[in-house]
This record gives sequence, structure tokens and C-alpha cells, in this order.
Amino acid sequence: MAQHLPDDLREKVRNGLNLKREDYVRWMQMLAKKGWLVPEWPVEYGGSELTPVQRYILSEELARGDAPLVINQGIRMVGPVIYKFGTDAQKEKYLPRIIASDDIWCQGYSEPGAGSDLASLQTRAVRDGDHYIVNGTKMWTSHAHFSDRMFCLCRTDPDVKFQEGISFLLIDMDQPGIEVHPVPLMEGTHHVNMVYLTDVKVPAEDLVGEENKGWTYAKFLLSHERIGIAKIGIAKAQLGKLKQIAANEPEGGAALIEDQDFRQQIARVEIDLEALHHTELRCIMAQARGEAPGPEASVLKIRGTEIQQQLSELLMQAVGYYANPFIQEAREYGWNEEPVGAEYSATLGANYFVTRKASIVGGTNEIQRNIIAKAVLGL
Amino acid sequence: MKSSATSSPRPYSGFEFRPARDAVAVDPAGRRQNTGAPDGHGYHRITLPSIDLAPAVQAREFDGIMTRHAAWGRIAMDLNFSNKDLAFQTEVRTFIEQELPEDIRDKVANGYRLGREDYVRWQKILGKKGWLAPHWPKKYGGSEMTAVQRYILGEELGRGHTPRLIAFGLRMVAPVIYTFGTEAQKKELIPQIVDGNLLLALAQHEKDPGYTKGCIKMAAKAQGDSYVLNGTKMFVLDANIANTLIVAAKPSDADVTLFLVDAKDPGLTISKIPTIAMDNTCEVIFKDVKVPKKNILGEAGKGYETLEKVMTKAAIAKAAEMIGGAKVCIDMTAEYAKQRVQYEKPIGGFQAIQHYMANMMIAYDTIYNYLSRVAWMVDAGEDASLSASILKAKTNENYKFIVDRAVQIHGGIGTTREYPVALYFRRAKAWEFVSGDTDYHTDKVMDRVLTALPEW
Repeated sequence: MAQHLPDDLREKVRNGLNLKREDYVRWMQMLAKKGWLVPEWPVEYGGSELTPVQRYILSEELARGDAPLVINQGIRMVGPVIYKFGTDAQKEKYLPRIIASDDIWCQGYSEPGAGSDLASLQTRAVRDGDHYIVNGTKMWTSHAHFSDRMFCLCRTDPDVKFQEGISFLLIDMDQPGIEVHPVPLMEGTHHVNMVYLTDVKVPAEDLVGEENKGWTYAKFLLSHERIGIAKIGIAKAQLGKLKQIAANEPEGGAALIEDQDFRQQIARVEIDLEALHHTELRCIMAQARGEAPGPEASVLKIRGTEIQQQLSELLMQAVGYYANPFIQEAREYGWNEEPVGAEYSATLGANYFVTRKASIVGGTNEIQRNIIAKAVLGL
Repeated sequence: MKSSATSSPRPYSGFEFRPARDAVAVDPAGRRQNTGAPDGHGYHRITLPSIDLAPAVQAREFDGIMTRHAAWGRIAMDLNFSNKDLAFQTEVRTFIEQELPEDIRDKVANGYRLGREDYVRWQKILGKKGWLAPHWPKKYGGSEMTAVQRYILGEELGRGHTPRLIAFGLRMVAPVIYTFGTEAQKKELIPQIVDGNLLLALAQHEKDPGYTKGCIKMAAKAQGDSYVLNGTKMFVLDANIANTLIVAAKPSDADVTLFLVDAKDPGLTISKIPTIAMDNTCEVIFKDVKVPKKNILGEAGKGYETLEKVMTKAAIAKAAEMIGGAKVCIDMTAEYAKQRVQYEKPIGGFQAIQHYMANMMIAYDTIYNYLSRVAWMVDAGEDASLSASILKAKTNENYKFIVDRAVQIHGGIGTTREYPVALYFRRAKAWEFVSGDTDYHTDKVMDRVLTALPEW
């Protein structure tokens, strides 16, 4: 990483700047060359023989070294679904393109009316000859605006229980009938979109597995390979940044890091982070012993996001009044105007707002708690 | 929590109190009675007991004016609006509906930037009605409204998509001018402020921002019958649309002093700092800005003491604004929770959400009731500086908590730019620091509390 991670990418990630499609692709192709892009895939499909522990170390080091997060939709989500449930033709067509990052995938799951209650989704796919005709609206579709393909949950049978009438379709984004509308988030970034599907024709051979069995594949996808869900590597990088900033910021004659109260707050987060790290390690060890991953992912998600939010809060507090200025242009690489305050404070505000959604995306923390109550405690 | 669906204005309070227009039970001495029966919403009216107040005083109470008779030592506060106040609320609401120009309403409702011209236009409309400076003494152009009425006015202005008032001149500085200013300053400035034409801005923070006296280091060098100012002021709200800046600086020959500086002075460079809550705040660079001695506001060397009084009021006003925002968030979130259906029922039906909302109400009610008390204290002329600190510190925390829960309950949509909840979230974060952050106010409370303790 010290040798190959391009400087501009490292800087963008370290400072929370905006990343473009080319940035992701560049880095993913480098990882692919090393065999580190899809390490958890079976070897026959292009994976590696890294053990769970080694894969964990890999993901941690990537996060700590300020590498861009890879785009998961292809490599972690639809890829495994295809190699597990797809036809040989689908495997041959799609898997190599995922590894080469020739196809960037997005996830057509949530809808305006189906968020936490995903099974109630309404996007309809009607079989017509050797095509499906798809109509509906997908919401919160991350990077749909630069994606080549979308894996989409559609309703193929409206007359049965919700979960039993869903199919898993692979849709080409570059065709008439697909409209992508940006949904700017509170800090002004364009990351998620609303995707309107109007009479979109999907060839029948792009149905994965069996019709109406899509929910099974969706559940497999969501529970597969949850290593890294707690984003501990990123949290550790943030914690390091916090300590650096606190050592720099003046507070009553000394540095902020000398302030008793602030030190204790930092210490508290660090303790929580260490505890979570060990929880994660125990999960990795269980996986290494061959045990199937279970609902402990919910624990990791809840605590991971709460710690992320605490860290972003402390980062804002560390710079005090200088957390207020918010210059959109500062989030682009190559901006070289005078920042207001120290350089590092320019993007903290945006980062704070980005982190706010962590407890909502990927299954809200309330839903995660429900899962723990049901699946772990049997309530 | 049912909200009444009537179209006439409801008393704007934390809990849904029964409106005071219903009959009030009184005992033979004229004391108001707790009827003991719950109102239609299941809440009891809250009337703190008063002891042995003379009938004349109690009679005044029935107007709903918060009042106190010093001799009896107990405060009787009725937090319901009286009939008179409700009528006033209707009057204000109607006035805003009729008089607020459409284009300004649109801009505010859609979050577009307003220019100086927009602010001044609205202030002039309010000024003509006598509602621009309602708390001022009549002789300076005020209307001497009660605290409750001013509160109603403030709330209705917030509700009705009106531009915020460039309050600094009206609320903070003008009282300083008419109390401490020279006759010449009063004559020149007050009519223009009341007229809506003169906008003022306070330049207090410097590169190392803070509220203590030691933070004010800008040099004011004595030169004949003037002072020359050099340095940089940060986070000056509305400097780019103000006519006059009030600058806190440290003269070479005196303690911190307040100077009135023309915003058009060629030695000034004013540049806007975009902020997370889209506040209109600026950096102001002073280069050899010459200020004649007659433009010193108040007494030379006493600038910080004056500033402290202003800051107390500013903290209360900001807290009030935040508390208003908190209420809007709670209402918005409750509406959303009632309408958003997942798993075939409104999410407000899930216990986790209900508990969140209950906690939000508790947080809101605490700061709302405390605000009422502090506003009353200001009205009664009491020293509210300790209470203002308590209020701002607590509001900082509670507002952030409330808005955070509001975003969480709204789910994905609460994180988008288009939906209003996110704006309140950004404001809660930004306004933590306006008029004193939590640490500053907590320190002040500590100072006041601990000075009473003996040395160990």
C-alpha cells in the first residue's frame, strides 16, 4: 500500500474529499491485480485462498491506510449471488467483468414506500415472452448515476405473501426507460439517487435462480461476508486524526489534548472501539473455525455506527467555532483557496453530516436491535 | 399526543394545555383553582399555587400576565395564554398572512438567499405597525408589549416564513444606545433602527474565538481625538449587509471599548464565510480604520461589561429561537410517524419510536418552561445572567438531542437536503456556538455557584 496507493487517492480519503468513478475503478483494478479485490470468492471464480483472519487483516490495513472503500455492490453483493445461484452463462458473462471493474453495479432494493420493510417492495416485473417488463421506482440507490448495471428485487407475484413473490433481476442501466435522479444529502453531496423504471425490458436470462425465490437470494446477500461492517479500521483512522487535531488546537494556553475533560471523552471512545475490535475478532475466529456468520453482525453494525458518530462529534468539537465554515468547493481535490481556520477543519462539517446517516443506512439501528432481540434472545 | 385540528390558533405550548378561553374556577378570594379534572387531551392544567396574594393582584393574574408581588415572595405563573393573548396571536397571524410580500415568503419557505433589500423591506412593514421594536420604551418608538406578547410575536414570525429580523440592532444594541449612548448617538441612531433602515452587526470574535474578556485583543491605538483599529474579526453575523459595525477592541490606554464603525469604511475588507447552517457570517479585516472618540459606545474601558449584558440577552434570544426550532421538529416528526407506514402500520405505533418521541417531549418541555421563566425574569428586570447561562447550556444539549432523534425517526428522508429536518439538524450544530457554547456557559454557572463555597 505504501508503494502502490496513489498519493492523490490517499489524500482524498484522508481529508474526506469527494471521489469519482475513475478513482474507485483505478484503485479496484490495482487490488484486482494483486488478487485482493475478491479474496473471499471461491478460487475457481477468481478468489484467493486467504483465510478469514487474513482477509480481515487486509480490510483493516486498507482502511487504516486511507485507501478508498471499494464499491461493494459488485464484488461483495451480486458477485457472490451469481456464483452461488446463477447459471453458467451468467457466471461467464458477469463475474470477470466485476473483477475487472468493467461493470460497476448498484443495488435496486429500497423504494420510497419500502425502506425498513423491504419485503413490501412494489416494483413490478411482468413476464412477456422472453423478457420481463419492469415498472417501478427504486430509492437510495448509491452511485446509480455512474453505474453500468443494477441488481433489482422485483415483484413477480402480487398475490402471495410479500416475501414469496419477489425475483432477482440483473438490469442494464444503459437503456431507455431508466431515469436516474440525484437525491442530495444534507451536506450537499450527490451520492444516492432515485431510479425510475418505465417499461424496462430485461431479458429472461437475466433472472437469477428461480422466479419468486428472489428473497432467499437477497437474504443470502445481506448476511454474506459481513467482515468490516463495523468499519473499525476507519474508526481507528478517525481516532488518530482526532488526537492529532487535539494536539494542535489551542485551549487556554495549552493544547486541547491536555484538557482533562476532552481527554476523557477521547479515552472513552477509544475504550469502546477497542472493545468492539475484540468483539469483531471473536467473530472472525468463529468464521475461521468454519462456523456460519450469524446475527452478531447486528451488534457490530450498531456499535460501529455509534462509535463513528461519537468520533465525528468529537472532531467537530475539537475545532470549536471553526467547525462552522462549510465551503463546498473545499471537498474537491485540488481546491487551493485559503481555508477558514486550519486546513483540517475544512471538511469536518461535511463528514459530520455524512456520518449522521450511518445509523440509518444498511438497516437502521432500530431494526438491528429487533434482529438481536428475535434471533439472539428469542424474544 | 393528539393535536387539535381546529383552524383557529392554538396556544403554542409544550403540552396541549386546555385553552384559557374555557371557564376558570376561582375560590371566593379570587384565587384560581386547579379543577382537578383532566382536559380533553388528558393533561392537567398547570397552575403553580400562589399564596395569599391580594385580590387586586390576583385579578391581574386572570389576564394571564405572569406577575409577581415582591412582598409575598412566591411567584404565580400561569403558563396558559389569556383570551387577550390569544386574540393578539390571531391578530399577528392575520397581519403576517396579509402583509408579508409573496416573493419574500417564497424565498424564505424555499430556503433561498435573501438580500439586504428583502430584510429592510419586511422590517419597514413591521416598523410601520409598531412591531419592529416592541420591547423598547414608548418614547424611543417601542410599544411596551408584555413578555408573553413579544414571545407570541416572535413565534408567529417564525411560523409564517418571515425573514429573520436583523435583531442585533433592535434587540441588543438599541437598548444599549438608549441607556448608555450620548444624546447625539441616540438622536442619530435610534430613529433609523426603529425605521428598519439601519442594520448593525457585532464584531466580537477574533482568530481565537471566545467570549471572555481576554479574547478581545484587537488593537485600538490612540491618535489625537481618534483611535486607529487594526486586526481581524471573525464570524461577524450580517457584516456584509450592515450599515454600522459595533467593534470590541482593546485601546492602548484603556480596557476593552466598543466602537461604532461605518461598514463602508475603506479600511474594511468584509468577506462572507459559508457555514453549515447557512448563517450569514463574515470575516472582517481592519486596516488602519480611524474611529473618532465620539463614536465610542458607552464608556471607554467599560466595553466588556456592556457586552456582557448584551450577551445575556443574546443567549436568551438564541435559546428561544432554538427552542422554537425544537418544537417544529417534534411536530414534524410526530406527523411523519403517524403517516409513514412500514410493516403495515404507521411507525408511530412502534414502541421504540414512541419512547424516542416521549424523550424528545421531555427534553423540549424542560427547556421551554425554563425559557418562560427566564423571559419573565428579564421582563421583571431581574438579573438573568446566571439563568441565561443555564438556559443556553441546557438548550444546546437538548436541541441537539431532539433534532438527532427527529432525523433518526425520519430515517433516510431525514438525511436529505430537500426535507426540512436536515436543516434543523445543521442549525442545532451551528447554533451550539452562537451566543456562547456549552463549555463557556457551564463555566459561568460554575463560577457563580462555587464562589459561595468557603475555601477548603
